[in-house]
Amino acid sequence: MQMTGAQALVKSLEHGGVEVIFGLPGGAILPVYDPIIDSSIRHVLVRHEQGAGHMAEGYAHVTGRPGVAMVTSGPGATNIVTPLADAYMDSIPLVCITGQVSSSAIGTDAFQEADITGITMGVTKHNWLITDANEIPRVIAEAFHVATTGRPGPVLVDVPKDVANATMEWYWPEEVDLPGYRPAAAPDPAAVEAAAELISSASRPVIYAGGGILKSRATEALLELAELTSTPVVTTLMARGAFPDSHPLCLGMPGMHGSYGAVTAMQQADLLVALGSRFDDRVTGNLAAFAPGAKVVHVDIDAAEIGKVRRPDVGIVADCRLAIEALSGSLRARGDLRTSRLAPWLEQVARWKEELPYTYDRGAADGTSPATTDRRLPGRPPLLKPQFVLETLRDATPPDTVLVSGVGQHQMWASQFWRFERPYSWVNSGGLGTMGFSVPAAIGAKVGRPEATVWAVDGDGCFQMTAQELVTASVERIPVKIAILNNGYLGMVRQWQHMFYEERYSEVYLSPDLPDYVGWAEAMGCVGMRVETAEEVLPAIEKANQVDDRPVVIDFRTDAMEQVFPMVPAGASNDDIVVHPSQTAALEKARSRS
Amino acid sequence: MTTARRQVPRHHLLSVLVENKAGVLARVSGLFSRRGYNIFSLAVAPTDDEAFSRITIVVDVESAPLEQIIAQLDKLVNVVEISELHPDEAREAELLLVTVAADAAERAQVIQLVGVFGGRILDVSHGEITAMLAGAPGSLDDFEELMRPYGIVELQRTGRVALPRLDVSADRGLRVAEGA
Ligand SMILES: Cc1ncc(C[n+]2csc(CCOP(=O)(O)OP(=O)(O)O)c2C)c(N)n1
Ligand SMILES: [Mg+2]
Repeated sequence: MQMTGAQALVKSLEHGGVEVIFGLPGGAILPVYDPIIDSSIRHVLVRHEQGAGHMAEGYAHVTGRPGVAMVTSGPGATNIVTPLADAYMDSIPLVCITGQVSSSAIGTDAFQEADITGITMGVTKHNWLITDANEIPRVIAEAFHVATTGRPGPVLVDVPKDVANATMEWYWPEEVDLPGYRPAAAPDPAAVEAAAELISSASRPVIYAGGGILKSRATEALLELAELTSTPVVTTLMARGAFPDSHPLCLGMPGMHGSYGAVTAMQQADLLVALGSRFDDRVTGNLAAFAPGAKVVHVDIDAAEIGKVRRPDVGIVADCRLAIEALSGSLRARGDLRTSRLAPWLEQVARWKEELPYTYDRGAADGTSPATTDRRLPGRPPLLKPQFVLETLRDATPPDTVLVSGVGQHQMWASQFWRFERPYSWVNSGGLGTMGFSVPAAIGAKVGRPEATVWAVDGDGCFQMTAQELVTASVERIPVKIAILNNGYLGMVRQWQHMFYEERYSEVYLSPDLPDYVGWAEAMGCVGMRVETAEEVLPAIEKANQVDDRPVVIDFRTDAMEQVFPMVPAGASNDDIVVHPSQTAALEKARSRS
Repeated sequence: MTTARRQVPRHHLLSVLVENKAGVLARVSGLFSRRGYNIFSLAVAPTDDEAFSRITIVVDVESAPLEQIIAQLDKLVNVVEISELHPDEAREAELLLVTVAADAAERAQVIQLVGVFGGRILDVSHGEITAMLAGAPGSLDDFEELMRPYGIVELQRTGRVALPRLDVSADRGLRVAEGA
């Protein structure tokens, strides 16, 4: 069957099982947009290409399927570089199609020409510049294969306009042939035995679970391994939901703003079982002082992660789920797991968790409310505590809610104060820390899981970076809900200036009133609400939960003075964790014991 | 791309078989700069199979452990196979072109030295001589040192290429790309 390259491209996407494309057309990609009219694939027209990329990410996060974005050449393509970099850091499968100027114009500084394969080489798993229409089905098949197998990641396919217009004979490749691409799968049995040996002899083990657990669909395997061996589990920022927070073995998030129990258990462990995690500097703190007494078992599908940061005693290059299942099998075969050996450790870990939980100033004897601080702006009620807003939101949303977040203080509070019980219920930008992620990512998540309630917790700073995508959401009837924790500041930066720059606040003030978030939300076709008092918090959330035909934005007026605790200052040892001021006595007690 | 320093153990030789596709050299060199790995020398050439090229890279392992460099390289989709060639198990060769200042009085000495090293004289003028020398990198280093006193006007080296030695079985090179 003869068809144009453009038709072949859309047909290839259909063959790849694509159900939705997030994109925005322009000159170079025009030929490809024509057959989209006749395609079964839904197209969501964004207002900025960055939005398309983050929507595709949000979609991929919650579905496990690759997100697809399509943009034009030049500025369209450069606008999507940030989401590609974000997806690369967090191993999110994305397929991005970019238009390119015609082959004969490449290299001439033609109108809207940008060397997007060159620009994105360092932020994609691989990219292709198609030079012949006959390559299209083959390259698209390869692109999906590379994006979704091994360690997932973003790929980009650049399609010159003349290639899209040329005719070709349709085919669909049954197999891909990439001689240099052989992702790992099954673990080496000898390494599994060596790891099982370390696990069965450890007396202070911790499972350090990362995003790879979710990527490899290994949450059940993880639960089984943890219970089988009675090993406490920490879940990194990328792995929140990979192990239920309510489980007695769950210690929550490690790292710079992690729980005291998670951070300290890792520091004092004699064995870290790293599963799909990568010893990120936000987790390890000062590397030289990180978990000094721990042996390390490191499982990752990416061989380059093994030993990149911390040299393991046993490295296993494999799919996480297969490796964990093999580990459980080997441990079970050993029969005697003697978990009584771990009793003192489990007791100690449980005490840390109990005595030093996440906390905030929940109200004092002087009668101040647990919901608000005693500070207020002139002529206004006392400011809300952001943690109170999050706890209320957590308790008022259905159990299958997907929580999305921006980047900043609100992100850390969201991770800390939410209770993650299910996998794929948390969507955030971990590795790149991209402000502006949450609004479009929430939209993509809602497209992927229309039956789920999708809430985004956003900062006022982040919201202003990509809020225009709420127009997309209104037009496309994608009813996401956005809770802005409006502290009038680039709060996280303010916190660093507070702690490390003698409270010299340089360029972090935003104003809580400008823009008028309610007016802005309404102008974009959303329901807009403003919440200033504690009494209004729950009713507003309940009202938002009822809205199902358009997006909702709630502007929560929160106190800028609130700081995220605990905190390990950048570059410091995790042993020097700073806890909430109300916990200094508890900290002393815990330290004197261990 | 090369300097005249003698090889020290922190340099390792990687022979990288890549698909002969547009941009593959940019992917490899981009990886090195992005991750802060130092390249001591790099040479690319087609192989007998036109679908593949071979990149011979001498890496400086003070910037990162060799195994990390290999693992990152191996992630590039166009990289098919990586072998580390241990200097004792490899035949290495490099090409050097040099123009040295040599007046009539020095000319004979320079020509003699080129002959001793098995090089060739390419050009002679009243004050300068251009010579070419191919061989093991170490002997090129020696030759360069001996030319220096005459005054090197210009010097270029290609970076080394290598093949496994035949007296050591050819598959002794570490084959890391397979399946790992
Ligand atoms: C695109 C981008 N620019 C800058 C930063 C640096 N940064 C990290 S957090 C933050 C402040 C975020 O402010 P806001 O969204 O209001 O969140 P808050 O910390 O106040 O909760 C900034 C500027 C970033 N992460 N991303
Ligand atoms: Mg803020």
